[in-house]
Amino acid sequence: MTIAIADDLVLPRKRNRILSKFLGNRSAMMGAGLVLFFIVIAVLAPLIAPHDPIKPSFSTIRKAPSAIFWFGTDELGRDVFSRMVIGARASLMAGVVSVAIAVLLGVPFGLISGYFGGWIDATISRSTEAMLAIPFLIFAIALAAFLGPSLTNAMIAIGLSAMPIFVRLTRGQVLTIKAEDYVEGARAIGLPNFWIILRYILPNVLPPILVQATLTVATAIIAEASLSFLGLGQQPPNPSWGSMLNTAKNFMSQAPWMSFFPGSAIFLIVLGFNLFGDGLRDALDPREN
Amino acid sequence: MLRFIARRILIAIPTIIIVSVLVFTLQQLLPGDPVLTMAGEERDPEVLAFLREKYRLNDPVPIQYFAWIGQVLQGNLGISLRTDIPVLTLILGKLPVTLELAIFAMIIALAIGIPTGIVSAVKKGTSVDYAANVVALSGLSIPNFWLGILLIMLVSVRWQLLPASGFVPPSEDLWLNIKTMIMPAFVLGTGLAASLMRHTRSAMLGVLRSDYIRTARAKGLISRVVIMKHALRNALIPIITLSTLLFGELLAGAVLTEQIFTIPGFGKLVVDAVFNRDYAVVQGVVLCTAVGFIIMNLLADILYVLVNPRLRHAQ
Repeated sequence: MTIAIADDLVLPRKRNRILSKFLGNRSAMMGAGLVLFFIVIAVLAPLIAPHDPIKPSFSTIRKAPSAIFWFGTDELGRDVFSRMVIGARASLMAGVVSVAIAVLLGVPFGLISGYFGGWIDATISRSTEAMLAIPFLIFAIALAAFLGPSLTNAMIAIGLSAMPIFVRLTRGQVLTIKAEDYVEGARAIGLPNFWIILRYILPNVLPPILVQATLTVATAIIAEASLSFLGLGQQPPNPSWGSMLNTAKNFMSQAPWMSFFPGSAIFLIVLGFNLFGDGLRDALDPREN
Repeated sequence: MLRFIARRILIAIPTIIIVSVLVFTLQQLLPGDPVLTMAGEERDPEVLAFLREKYRLNDPVPIQYFAWIGQVLQGNLGISLRTDIPVLTLILGKLPVTLELAIFAMIIALAIGIPTGIVSAVKKGTSVDYAANVVALSGLSIPNFWLGILLIMLVSVRWQLLPASGFVPPSEDLWLNIKTMIMPAFVLGTGLAASLMRHTRSAMLGVLRSDYIRTARAKGLISRVVIMKHALRNALIPIITLSTLLFGELLAGAVLTEQIFTIPGFGKLVVDAVFNRDYAVVQGVVLCTAVGFIIMNLLADILYVLVNPRLRHAQ
């Protein structure tokens, strides 16, 4: 009873400390602001885009930024700003969906590997090492090549390439947590393994996974942009920031705005997720508290 | 030490086997009948049957794998469907170009990352530290293909200082070779420099807090000697191994850099192969990169033990 009351008092206090530490971190708040800004743009994209992002307009080919076309127009006369606003959806979706794939596959494998040990752990660990041996982008390019170029396949490829990071991270956390007294206690009273993993281990491995997931969204957004830049992600005429840069590289001297704005957007959103993830890590790190 | 190296090599073997299975499995991901993809426009049943026989596609998948790995172990990674040149010959032909780019990039990354990391750790909490962190995080966040485009626009198109693209072998014209490599190497090295800076800073901060540094300072040693002789030597241990590991990342980053600067290396080979549906080349490149990465990993482990006296004596 006393312990339960103490827990009730301590946990909200700890939670408040983490929150206030995060809120007091200016860089983290800037990151959160940037991420929120792009989420709002992606959600309200059809309302914000002033022109049709797909329909070519041959009378306005490669127009410099102006009051009508804020970020100029591209080689087919389409408004760069409208394409960027709609493209925000592809970039954000690619980041979030591919990380979701990586987490949903990686965390269960990591939990099983760390908790059961033995040959299961050896098999999963060796497979993870093998996947980690193939550089992230090369693996994603190869998968996207064999699956066929499309945004969906790019997201699957990025998700599968990022999965081993989560397997390894989760496994490492489980190894520490499963030696704790409360897990030993749960085992001693005969609780089933599935329940122990779900109730006692999973909640404790979540904070570092959350931090890693935030930072991996940044990597995934760059990976999607890279695949689209190579022509293996979003397919024309649908816009994504990477595919816009792919076209823009052919008009570097004639229409520099075509590459400046989409590149800046990728930079800012990735910076936002990196700042946000760093802040989250500092706030959740017990040594920092 | 020899026993340690032998043990590490033994551990690497199953990883290489699983990598080979993964690379082989890529082929199974091809939608539809792989022979139809390989044959392209050709739909003659005899040709299709010949291809099926040639690539043993009528055999069960495990048999196909053992046939493939048997060939790989003999140095036969297959034949490029487009050029009819053995994949290994293609890779070995392109590798020196990418290696040169990666070495240049690594030199730039080390030259920027390590000194910045040291200064940032020594000046922790000051505006210098803050600025270095902002620059490092920006370096990590900037897509290197965009940085490449920006540099071409400024340095090549506007200022006309360096060539925008192309590659000249060093044997032909060393000076022109360096001129064509500076920008791509800088673009490739930026992200790495940022990563090295953050790791150096964190390693230095850890070392600067340790007792022997406090003792060195208490003895009255001047700050420069404490930092350069006592702290840096120990902080560099993880950085050396990290640099070895990051070399694998450089090979991956080269894919985009070579594409932007039209450098005929390893990365351009894989991208061209993807668009030509030259799957044997894609598989070959992935396999070689992964095996190269595992070897670098092995070297990093051995180097870590070699440069760390405590671990060396423990072996």
